[in-house]
Amino acid sequence: MTHAGGYIADARIRAAEWLPWVFAALCYFAAPSYLTLGSYILTMIIFALSLDLILGYGGIITLGHSAYFGTGAYVAGILALRLTGEPLLGLLAGTLGAGLLGLFTGLVILRTRGLALLMLTLAITSLCYEVANRATRLTGGADGLGGFSIRPILGLFSFDMFGKTAYLYCLVILFASWWLVRRLVYSPFGASLTGVRENNVRMHAIGAPVYQRRVVAYTISAALAGLAGALLTQTTQFVGLNVLGFELSGELIVMLVLGGVGRIYGAFVGPLVYLVAQDYLAKRFPEYWYFGIGAMLVLVVMFARGGILGIIDAGIARLRRGS
Amino acid sequence: MQDFLSSLVMVAFHGLAYGMILYLISVGLSVTMGLMGFVNLAHGVFAMAGGYMMLSAMSRLDVPFPLAIVIAFCAVALASMVLERFLYSRLYSAGELEQVLFTIGLIFMSVAVARLVYGPLPQPVHIPGYLKGQLHFLGRDFPTYRVFLIVFSVSLVALLWFGVERTRWGAMVRATVDYRAMAQSVGINTSRLFTLTFALGSGLAALGGALGAEIIAVEPTYPFEHLVFFLIVVAVGGLGSLRGPFVAALLIGVADTACKYWIPEFGAFFIYIATIAVLLLRPEGLFGKAT
Repeated sequence: MTHAGGYIADARIRAAEWLPWVFAALCYFAAPSYLTLGSYILTMIIFALSLDLILGYGGIITLGHSAYFGTGAYVAGILALRLTGEPLLGLLAGTLGAGLLGLFTGLVILRTRGLALLMLTLAITSLCYEVANRATRLTGGADGLGGFSIRPILGLFSFDMFGKTAYLYCLVILFASWWLVRRLVYSPFGASLTGVRENNVRMHAIGAPVYQRRVVAYTISAALAGLAGALLTQTTQFVGLNVLGFELSGELIVMLVLGGVGRIYGAFVGPLVYLVAQDYLAKRFPEYWYFGIGAMLVLVVMFARGGILGIIDAGIARLRRGS
Repeated sequence: MQDFLSSLVMVAFHGLAYGMILYLISVGLSVTMGLMGFVNLAHGVFAMAGGYMMLSAMSRLDVPFPLAIVIAFCAVALASMVLERFLYSRLYSAGELEQVLFTIGLIFMSVAVARLVYGPLPQPVHIPGYLKGQLHFLGRDFPTYRVFLIVFSVSLVALLWFGVERTRWGAMVRATVDYRAMAQSVGINTSRLFTLTFALGSGLAALGGALGAEIIAVEPTYPFEHLVFFLIVVAVGGLGSLRGPFVAALLIGVADTACKYWIPEFGAFFIYIATIAVLLLRPEGLFGKAT
């Protein structure tokens, strides 16, 4: 697997890394009728970034990352319904709530590996789902949680029906998350995380605190997922049970794999391509859509493990060799 | 008191039937995971395929019930053999992530195909006339079909255990689970063994799906919806063992039935809690070997 990160890599932001932001800004002006979809894509990119941190860089395979996304979403929703619709406070609460859950569950489950770990992540998500499903007084159960309103951001920018504010709000939050993840990945911490992924035994041997590194990464990732969940709650003003579902975790993995695991921009490309294609194809050909997703996963695993960005990288490398 | 006793018997009985089905479906998963170290999340697909095979053979082709079961077993075992040879075997040496992704892809594809062919609704189950009705036993009534289910599964399990413990093939499987490289070097053709064992495991899953269609409804979302339970059986029971998943499946079957009967408002809550507790105390499962 290719990996650019850690100490040795040049951590300065390259020119090409500004492209996604230019593109996102252009979309704001060029496609005003798609801003709702755009906000959703931006939210999912944050979620995918959080997964990339533990799956791509940390090598922790999880089938239950929606537990943290859902926790963030519900915390933000319940806060808005019961206490205050202040958006930044909601984001903070969602992030903290999911981060705390991530810390506690991470401390416990990261002692295991392999199938047991996979199973534990799945069981925790199922547990959260059951809790949210049964605690109808607090979460609305299967009907979902709605009927709250979000106050203007900083008291200045109110959410409009065209989703303009929501889009820019998501974009700003995504920018902050990207900056954080990028800093982490290029830091000594990121390097040791990758080391654990590549060779856990050797990292132990050189005295790296493997368990602690994994727990910290897991907590940060959970907090980031909670941030994405809270963001979704505030921009859609609704929380459904599906935010905790296993399907969402599966879909998220598909998105990340499609873009490319273990690279920051894989988390950008994957959700964009997946969700645009879904918006276009899923309503028209629902059966073929699912079949296509499945077939794509199988093909990616068999032939293109780096995802879309991996293919582009390989193409560029071939061009360079050719010339 | 009398009421409580009779509900206790009923919970034990239905829990046993459910547990046996869970075991039939999951035992193949345990063996293939133990044998090949392959994280096969798509195992439920074989169970679903078995269910569809039997139900459509009976309703569309008018095949009698026993023959339909045999058809389900053989068709799924053969199909899984092809899958193993062409796709699975290429990923044995790949990482866990690749295997997880690949099998999730298989689930997506099979869900789509099932929905395209059979529609989104659960399939109606037709129990043959001679298995309908109730059996009177010790002053209580038991549904005949579930009694048949328990008896049939128990004899199948006995046959399987005999095969693994007493036959040459079983010895080869156990040797390969214990130490693959050594088994290979004494001349066991492990790749052929993998294929055969995989086919047998999938065939058993198909049997479980077909026989259990009355308990676990056959519908397109089957492989996703019940995946957690199949995995729990294997993870709690222990990889590569036959006894572990048996105990785990019965425990889960009875516990789940009991929860649904007495405290339905908690749902599967306790099962998840118990699973988490077991895996934390013994990550290798109840009967698994510590690695």
